[in-house]
Amino acid sequence: MQADTAMAATPASAVAAAAVVIEGVDKHFGKVQALRSLSAHIHYGRLTGLVGPDGAGKTTLMRILTGLLVPNAGRVTLAGYDVVKDNDAIHVASGYMPQRFGLYEDLSVMENMRLYAQLRGMDADRNADLFAELLDFTRLGPFTKRLAGKLSGGMKQKLGLACALMARPKVLLLDEPGVGVDPVSRQDLWRMVQALTDEGMAVVWSTAYLDEAERCESVLLLNQGQLLFDGPPQQLTAQLEGRSFRLENVGAERRAVLTEALDLESVSDGVIQGAGVRVVLRDGAQASQIQALADRARVALAPVPARFEDAFIDLLGGGPGGTSTLAERLPPVELGSDIAVSCRNLTKRFGEFTATDQVSFEVRKGEIFGLLGPNGAGKSTTFKMLCGLLKPTAGEAHVVGHDLRRATGAAKSRLGYMAQKFSLYGLLSVQQNLEFSAGVYGLEGNTRRERIAEMIETFDLSEWLSATPDSLPLGHKQRLALACSLMHRPPVLFLDEPTSGVDPITRREFWTHINGLARKGVTIMVTTHFMDEAEYCDRVAMLSRARLIALDTPDALKRAAANAEHPDPTMEDAFIHLVESADREMEAAA
Amino acid sequence: MLTSAFSFTRLRAQFIKEVLSVLRDPRSRMVVFVPPILQLLVFAFAATLEVRNVDIAVYNQDAGRWSHELVQRLDSARFITHVRHVDSQRQLHEMIDRGEVIAALAIPVDFSRTIAAGDSGRAQVLVDGRRSNSGQITVAYLSTIAADVGAEVVPDAQAPTPVVVRHWFNPNLVYRWFIVPGLTGILALFSALLITSLSIARERELGTFDQLLVSPTSTPEIIISKSLPALAIGTLLGLFMISAGVFLFGIPFTGSFALLLASLVLFIASVVGIGLMISAVSMTQQQAILGAFAIGVPAVLMSGFATPVENMPLVLQWLAQAIPLTHFLIIVEGSFLKAMPPGEVLSSLWPLAVIALASMTMASFFVRGRLQ
Repeated sequence: MQADTAMAATPASAVAAAAVVIEGVDKHFGKVQALRSLSAHIHYGRLTGLVGPDGAGKTTLMRILTGLLVPNAGRVTLAGYDVVKDNDAIHVASGYMPQRFGLYEDLSVMENMRLYAQLRGMDADRNADLFAELLDFTRLGPFTKRLAGKLSGGMKQKLGLACALMARPKVLLLDEPGVGVDPVSRQDLWRMVQALTDEGMAVVWSTAYLDEAERCESVLLLNQGQLLFDGPPQQLTAQLEGRSFRLENVGAERRAVLTEALDLESVSDGVIQGAGVRVVLRDGAQASQIQALADRARVALAPVPARFEDAFIDLLGGGPGGTSTLAERLPPVELGSDIAVSCRNLTKRFGEFTATDQVSFEVRKGEIFGLLGPNGAGKSTTFKMLCGLLKPTAGEAHVVGHDLRRATGAAKSRLGYMAQKFSLYGLLSVQQNLEFSAGVYGLEGNTRRERIAEMIETFDLSEWLSATPDSLPLGHKQRLALACSLMHRPPVLFLDEPTSGVDPITRREFWTHINGLARKGVTIMVTTHFMDEAEYCDRVAMLSRARLIALDTPDALKRAAANAEHPDPTMEDAFIHLVESADREMEAAA
Repeated sequence: MLTSAFSFTRLRAQFIKEVLSVLRDPRSRMVVFVPPILQLLVFAFAATLEVRNVDIAVYNQDAGRWSHELVQRLDSARFITHVRHVDSQRQLHEMIDRGEVIAALAIPVDFSRTIAAGDSGRAQVLVDGRRSNSGQITVAYLSTIAADVGAEVVPDAQAPTPVVVRHWFNPNLVYRWFIVPGLTGILALFSALLITSLSIARERELGTFDQLLVSPTSTPEIIISKSLPALAIGTLLGLFMISAGVFLFGIPFTGSFALLLASLVLFIASVVGIGLMISAVSMTQQQAILGAFAIGVPAVLMSGFATPVENMPLVLQWLAQAIPLTHFLIIVEGSFLKAMPPGEVLSSLWPLAVIALASMTMASFFVRGRLQ
């Protein structure tokens, strides 16, 4: 329905000159339907976002557009060529940057560029101008001799972009260029793509980050192989006009308020934003219920502009409820001390390279504590030292009063850990995974049976007990991972980019549990790439170049970044501001 | 909450996980079950140093009695399938060139005449040098036949047999008697090496190794839980091959079974240690498999299975002493055919124990090193 209105809004002449025309495309792999009768247009001189969670069909569509996959039904023309019949012409007219860079890691930056030029049938020696231009454009000039494998995530993406731009394509297809790239490098990528669309190129940017969608001029929103929306993102967010509100400065009670708000009938979605709670009302619902909640909490209720993510969740029928069945069953955490995790002068050196330099902080019981930083800033290294995966070169780290270096076993038995990839045993069944994590934390006899039964009931896993974790739907897989890491009821939970590549609904469900755990006094340590997830944290430690450059509440960090240009900065603005000013200080000191 | 350095609950959980992983991982399963069955078939029916089922070409220009006698004997020789008669020297060459026959016999016109005159007859033998090993054996067989004919010519003469060779322990030089006991060691080596080298690498690839390292489990527990399944499977496989040797191939087992079992366990333990080291340094399962073969193949070549250790340069001889297979081969071959006395077994057993201890200790350091 949305797709129709978008089509009507586009003048007929523009349709005729569309860069890409997709007509009724179907694609299935065995029984899995990756794309269902998809039709859309992509235009020159525009940045088109291909938006959707993992498994929505973004990569499949990209690969059909580049002629790498043949659709089961329907047809696609790119720059006037049929992608199946004129396959050879497609490779000239399009530039494609796959998700995994597609670079040769053992070749230098320059060698990669020369190779791609030659693959495109260009004489690398005659194109010195083009090379200089691309290097200047991507700011890779100083690194031409460096091996591609040694570049940071952001620099790899820029090199991939330079290689994809080699033959001056008419249509540029970028498959998740923002993944593994920190906000500073991402800013750079946006700038480059902007310059390209200004020249008239059609650029397709696929992403699972919904905040990236708002930057695109036009958006194709995919979910489970279906096109939910086609048009400018503002058009979609406009439908939610007047339905987004924020309870301002709720402070310490915000998690309780969020739980209450999400359980209201009139509220479809809600998240924590710094000290406030942001809610989206259901279609046609009145603000009376939420106003009553605001009054009870004695806070102000302010309307806020709708976001693209609100619209997406709304299209999917709203987020999950606010009550965590998991947290309800847990007894409150009792600790001898108010400090759950602490580190002093924590330092890690790998040979000459200092990954973490004299980092100190304390995390209070029941706090959600975020570690943020650009790639290679030392965030993972610090995190790994705090949960005992790496031994510090100097300094010390304590978990619940136990020194990680001396009382390793004692400290480790008091912490839970969940990683990005969920770290489940794919060869074992769900039941066996649960049994294993209970056993490896030393649970025996009745306790063990009770805990496993409790987790199965809480996370609704009883149907899946004999299935392998890989066959579970993403949401259930995440629940299983959480169940495994909480089996021994740790007072401290470490989450390493827990929601990378997870759809927003599953992400909401996850954070509902985390909020519930924090309310029971479980201390949460989290690293994340999602800036809006940083908003859930009580405090955020920002790392850059191995040093701790800021440590404060998300609101305070945002306030510090406010200026005339950005009066109400986002978390991402604050991040970029902090990293850049820290870099300036370093340079001034040097 | 249990936080001691060693807990049987944690160990049991990990042991179950390891056994399930080995049995459910198609790669590990292939390592465990396919090679023994394949090797058994190969060695039972194909691999042999004896020459059988070959064709011989004969260009007989002589029509006399003795050439007839010679060809008759060739015809009835068991190792020859067909005797192909040709009528020119050129045809003889072509048949060898095309690989149709392994050897050709050219009997000159005056063969019988010369013998009748009391001289010794001469015939030419051409052998396919591309198959040098089988060729040489064929020539040896042919000389025996020729000598038999010669004996008939001069029945009274003393048979020219100055030396009578008697092969001890394996009087009929049955090839399998030699190869199957050695194979026991090689199969057990590769399966234990591959199972263990895949174990940590598999977890690292899946990201579960970090999950294991953040749990209170200790390095000895990880080592033990990863060693036991490989130790069990390797030992069972070794026993399976030993019983196949005894019951299927009928190789006389003359040594002490208890001592052989003890050395088998020690041998596998030292291999498991090496496998764990490979696994600790591999980032992916692919690297682990490559690593296992990069270590396993030279180890087999230098162990004395194919070539005697005494024939190697001195440095390699020393190195061979560090290879567990070298010592195990001595014991297993000795136990099968030689009725090796316990004292002799022990002199090969203690180096195995030393190697096992060293490799397990080093494996602990390698795995612990992953925590740095």
